[in-house]
Amino acid sequence: MTAAVAQFAPLLAQTEIHNRAEGEASCVAQNKAFCLDWALDNFDRYTTPLLEHLVLVVVSVAMGFLVAFAMALLSHRRRWLVPTFTGATGVLYTIPSLAFFFLLLPVTGRGTDTAIIALTAYTLQIIYRNIVAGLANVPVESREAGRGMGMTHRQLLWRVELPLALPEIIAGLRVATVSTVAIATLAVFAGAGGLGEPIYQQLDFKTNIVIAGGLAILMAIVFDALLVVALRLLAPWRGREPASARRRHRLATLRRAPEAA
Amino acid sequence: MTGLIHLGLLGPFADAIDFILHQQEARTGQTLVGGPDQVLDPTLQHLKVTFLALGASLAVALPVGVVLGHLGKGELFAVSIGNAGRAIPELALIAFVAAFIGVGLLNVTFALAVLGVPPILTNAYVGVSQVDRNAIEAARGMGLSDLQVIGRVELPLAVPTIMTGVRTAAITIIATAAVATLAGISTLGDLLIGRNVYGDEGVLAGAIVVAVVAFVIAQSSGDDRDSSEPGKSATAAGDDGAEEDFGRPRQ
Repeated sequence: MTAAVAQFAPLLAQTEIHNRAEGEASCVAQNKAFCLDWALDNFDRYTTPLLEHLVLVVVSVAMGFLVAFAMALLSHRRRWLVPTFTGATGVLYTIPSLAFFFLLLPVTGRGTDTAIIALTAYTLQIIYRNIVAGLANVPVESREAGRGMGMTHRQLLWRVELPLALPEIIAGLRVATVSTVAIATLAVFAGAGGLGEPIYQQLDFKTNIVIAGGLAILMAIVFDALLVVALRLLAPWRGREPASARRRHRLATLRRAPEAA
Repeated sequence: MTGLIHLGLLGPFADAIDFILHQQEARTGQTLVGGPDQVLDPTLQHLKVTFLALGASLAVALPVGVVLGHLGKGELFAVSIGNAGRAIPELALIAFVAAFIGVGLLNVTFALAVLGVPPILTNAYVGVSQVDRNAIEAARGMGLSDLQVIGRVELPLAVPTIMTGVRTAAITIIATAAVATLAGISTLGDLLIGRNVYGDEGVLAGAIVVAVVAFVIAQSSGDDRDSSEPGKSATAAGDDGAEEDFGRPRQ
């Protein structure tokens, strides 16, 4: 008995594989909403686009933050620069990304550079405005306490103003990061790959769209959660804030921030 | 020889402008492409689907946002929807709607309206809920009903904030309407992805027109820099006297 079963076992296993492949093929052929077997067998197709997407987002947001931070520091003591910077970053923000990619092509060529330049440009306004708003919302009492302790302008900025502005700065980073994850699906048109690549290659294949689109949304959620955790770690005092201040900060996640207060 | 330096950078843009102004032979031969008419058609189609979608978003989002703001309820909902809307990848959305629901004007309008709803809803909620309580109390004291309070006090005071949301939605929709060409609508995206037919100059011409359209509509639908001028935002703004924009242009 056992011998007989053992004899048939490879055959049974084969039919199972055969059935699965057949089921998978028919699922794909019928283009059902989601073919799990196909997804499991072909998931490695998405690792490269996923990594490309990740790099596009991280590099663009990091560069956007550095530029916006420099602009915010420049305009911190030179208030007259604020409208200029807000206006300039606002104009960049208005150019639709797809058009932006194609406008850059003759200048920077196809590839990751073009995508990163455009994506970085988009993050500037959100991050810049939130840093400026965060600095502007620092309570006067905190500043005066710092001055009273004999702090210089620089010490005041780095030890009092920037830490207190942290919730709004992080809020800006959250908006910028989540937006960039979504927009980066269009980087495929700049020849920069990313999760838009598999979507664009097989526009009619439902399982493909669900996987690639789902991965993009998942990435946005993970980045958002990471930044929330980062804020908890960097600004532990926030737990003791009054509810009104916490509400203001929660609303600030949605804000493209005031020009000046 | 000296022209080469200019041709390197400006050449493509000059060719693109030429493409908009004059007809020329297509890459594939035979047919003629470019010229004002061939650029105008997709531009009009682009505007048509943009306004349809923007109208649909307004029809859905404005009443919901205003009523929630008036009641002071559903802050978490209004805020979350703005956050969630930002995470929708536009290429995936268009592909999803085309593959699961279908192609054509109606479906594309629906997809684009999905992108327009979050910024308008959130901004309407915030704009209305931040109206000065004293103004509302005064209106009630004068015997105004709930509907009258909304129509005569809250809405007018919330207009700057709402317009920021509308502007955000408009830019998002214009941008994504270019991708909608993949779902069977001949918008300006036709030029953008039609390199084989229109050549590099056609692609660049499309990009220039999309950018100009977005810029013009953004300027005409309430520039946020204006509404944040000192003094102007004081009535409708929040506790920190700041003009707020809840949402972001989706590209």
